[in-house]
Formats: sequence, C-alpha cells, structure tokens
Amino acid sequence: MRAIVTVVGRDRVGIIAEVCTLLSKNNVNILDINQTILQEFFTMTMLVDVSNSVISFAELKEALAAKGGEMGLKIRIQNEDIFEAMHRI
Amino acid sequence: MVNSKEILETLEMIDQQHLDIRTITMGISLRDCAHPDANKCCDKIYDKITRCAEKLVQTGEDIERELGIPIVNKRISVTPMAMAAESCETEDFVPFAKTMDRAAKEVGVNFIGGFSALVHKGFTSGDRRLIAAIPQALTETERVCSSVNVATTKAGINMDAVALMGRTIKTAAEMTKDSGGMACAKLVVFANAVEDNPFMAGAFHGVGEPECVINVGVSGPGVVHHALTKVKGESFDVVADTIKKTAFRITRMGQLVAQEASARLGVPFGIVDLSLAPTPAIGDSVADILEEMGLSTVGSHGTTAALALLNDAVKKGGVMASSHVGGLSGAFIPVSEDAGMIAAVKAGALTLEKLEAMTCVCSVGLDMIAVPGDTSAETISAIIADESAIGVVNNKTTAVRIIPAPGMVVGDTVDFGGLLGTAPVMPVNAGDPTLLIARGGRIPAPLHSLRN
Repeated sequence: MRAIVTVVGRDRVGIIAEVCTLLSKNNVNILDINQTILQEFFTMTMLVDVSNSVISFAELKEALAAKGGEMGLKIRIQNEDIFEAMHRI
Repeated sequence: MVNSKEILETLEMIDQQHLDIRTITMGISLRDCAHPDANKCCDKIYDKITRCAEKLVQTGEDIERELGIPIVNKRISVTPMAMAAESCETEDFVPFAKTMDRAAKEVGVNFIGGFSALVHKGFTSGDRRLIAAIPQALTETERVCSSVNVATTKAGINMDAVALMGRTIKTAAEMTKDSGGMACAKLVVFANAVEDNPFMAGAFHGVGEPECVINVGVSGPGVVHHALTKVKGESFDVVADTIKKTAFRITRMGQLVAQEASARLGVPFGIVDLSLAPTPAIGDSVADILEEMGLSTVGSHGTTAALALLNDAVKKGGVMASSHVGGLSGAFIPVSEDAGMIAAVKAGALTLEKLEAMTCVCSVGLDMIAVPGDTSAETISAIIADESAIGVVNNKTTAVRIIPAPGMVVGDTVDFGGLLGTAPVMPVNAGDPTLLIARGGRIPAPLHSLRN
C-alpha cells in the first residue's frame, strides 16, 4: 500500500532526518519527498510504500504521531487513495 | 503523485472545515425473522443483527484510521418492524424495539433505524400494533429510531395516519417530558420515504433492498461554505459551479469509503447519499452557506432561492462522483443541529412558515423543530399534512420531526445533547385545524401520479 506522510509545524534542524530514520527503521520505503516553508511553517509531504513495513499501519501511524509530539510537529500518514479520489478522475 | 497543495487542501478540509463521512449505515433485512412466537422472533432478530453487523464498527474505525478521515457514525437500518413482527401473536410490539436496542448496544452502533411502518394507503394489523407501541418503545430504548410513511405521490395522503401520528407524537413527548420530549427527536413522519436512506432518524431497510447492504452518507457544509468565501460578489453562475466542484470532491471520498467498507465487510455497496448534513459545531452549518450567498440572516426573503440553488448544485456535482447515488441526497435543514439556524430562530428571523417554504426545494422537511408543549395533536397533524402535501405534489421526500416540548413555551430552549443539538421553541399558528383533521380518509393522489 502507498501512503502519504505529511509533516507540518515550526521549522527546526533535523526534521527530515528524524522522520526518515523512523521510516527506515520500520522498513518503510520513501518514493518521493516534497518540502517547502509556507508562512514560516515547515511543510513536508512524502509518498511512501508501507507494503514491507515491519509494524502495522496503526502502529506506524501512532509512532509518527508520537514523534511529531516530541518535535512539536503534526505528523500523519494516510492511504494515498483518499487524495487520489478527491483530486484525480 | 498528487501535489503538496492538493494534499494540504484535503487536510485543511478535514481539520478546519469539519469534512467527514457522516455515516456508514448497514441495511439488514429482517424478512426471514418472522415467527408466530414473539420471543422466538426477537431472538432471530437479535441474532441476525449482531451476526451481520459484528464487524461494522471495527471496520469503520479501521478505514477511518487508514484514510485519516473521520467517520462520525456507524449505524444500522432494518426492515420496517411492522412487517418483520407482523406474524407474531402479540399485541405488544415494544419488545421488538428493545431487541433492536440490545443488538445496537452489542455491536456498538449509536443508532438503529427501522421501528417503522409504511401506511401511506392504509394500515395492516402489524402497522397498527407498531404505531401503538412507538411512544413507549422510544421512551424505554436509547438507540432505536422510528419512522412512519403516511403519504406517497402514487397513493396520496392517508389522513387517518396523519391524525394518528399527531396523537402519537403528543404521547411520545408526554412520556419523555423529563428529557424535553426526547422520544420525538427519534421519530420521523414521512411522505415519499426512501428505502435506502442512511441518515437517522428516518433510516429503514426497504422491502426492495437486498439481504444486507452498505450505504454511506457524506457531509461537508463547512467545506462548501469555505469554498464560497473565495468567490465573494461573483455571479450565481460562479456560485453554482463552485458548489458543484466541492460536492464532487466530497462525494468521491464518500464513494471511496463506501467501496472500502463494502469490500472489507463482504457486503454489497448500495448508495452514497449526497447530503449536506450540518452538526451543532460552529462552522458546520447549512445556514452559514446561505448567508455566505448574500443573506443577512437565514430566513429572510431570498432564502428559498439560495437553498434551491445549493440543493441542486450539490446533486449535480455529486452525481458524477459516485456509481450509485440515492437516499435523501440534498441539503438538510434540521434546526436544532445547525448553529446558524438556531441563531436565526432566536433572532426571530426564521419562522416555521419560512422553513416550510424551504422544504419545497431541499431534501427532507421540517426537521428537529421544537414547538410549545401545549400545541395540540391536531395542529401537529395539520403540520404533517402540509408537509406531506408538499412532498406528494412535488414528487419528493418530505418529513416532519417535531417536538412539542412538554411545559415549554416560545423563548425556551430544549437541549437534546450531542448530535441532536439544541432546539429553540418556535411559535405555531394559533388557528384551529381540528375539523380538518377529524375528517379522516385519504387525500387522493395528484393527477401527475398517473404516469403510465
């Protein structure tokens, strides 16, 4: 399954490194990354493949949210389908 | 890959504009549960509901987690109980409601619809016993919803049923007077009821429906409102187009959830109901959309036109996004569940008469309206008759969910809590329709019902 990870919050050093480390530890492959600063807010969207993840989707979701909590960011992961359904015909 | 802007736009809809899936409703046929022994019938009903819906809530939560979209309600609708229980040798239909309630609690759904009867042309013995049980059934259960269809475009209006429902609503209010007449908030009187409506309190599993089915109701008044704030001052051509595009996106999401739920539960997908259903939360209001179109307050002149456009554009946008559209599909205007409507009623800008006019152009009808406790059964019947006439003549669904709040007068407020919200008590016309209601019989179907 492909999923979208979004990271939104105040910019700081090492956001990408920490998120990527968490994903790689759990064998989640990153397919694409897009990152910008919008009105002082760090905004990153990643397309990832969770097919070979060593933990369940629910656990991964919680791990990312917890990491976000630690870093003062909002991190979430959602099945790519919801965005495709809404924005692509 | 969808781009970041689109991803963030979706997240903003969910986080700030209250975008959600309002309900996944599983329709379950109870036609194979009939038995002469009422206890055995109840057992069969309980077993069937809990068997079919065992994984409904869990599956809904799994989809919610995976897609990151809230699915607010997981619900069940069943075959109108007047049919399922008709063969039982018992006068008392209350135990069937209690069985539904028990099954709902067991599987964890917050409402179960279908304590219902379809009497638009007349009553069977099961219909009579069911309607007689409604006040007590809704008083002694928590999650059961009831509906009675009293009119159709094909059959006309059953005025005996209209009179009976006025009295039933009064009794139901009286029996739940400690909670502001709560039983009435779970009771809908329909004209042209639909068989696949996933929304409560009017959901039931129609006789033409399959054994088990998944219907999904989408929502999103906040998203439509937000989209319209970006086209201030533009013509109605632009307004209609903006609503259509927004409705399309919302519905695509509903379709996705419906397909996922259907596949995971192994139950056929029925329909997506394209409705704008408000909640009491600020920013989740249909009234806000109408005011964004240029009204100072909902209820003022121009409201009906604005609502007509909204209702039509929602359908046009949504219909392309789903393989099967059904249910009520349109804008809901439940007063107690919409912060903007509540404010307009309190300010004296929105009256019962204007709401009646609005029901001519939107889905459903007079919904979650509180009226003074001393409103007579005949006046309530007359309100039902008027709404039924609008539905029958205009070939659309209309409904009345009205609460004659015991002991309350105009200016008071009834608080039902949760999704049912807060209803300001509205004045009713003081004229007396007693003689009209006493006539009984049937109002014949209109000429345009003869379409063959």
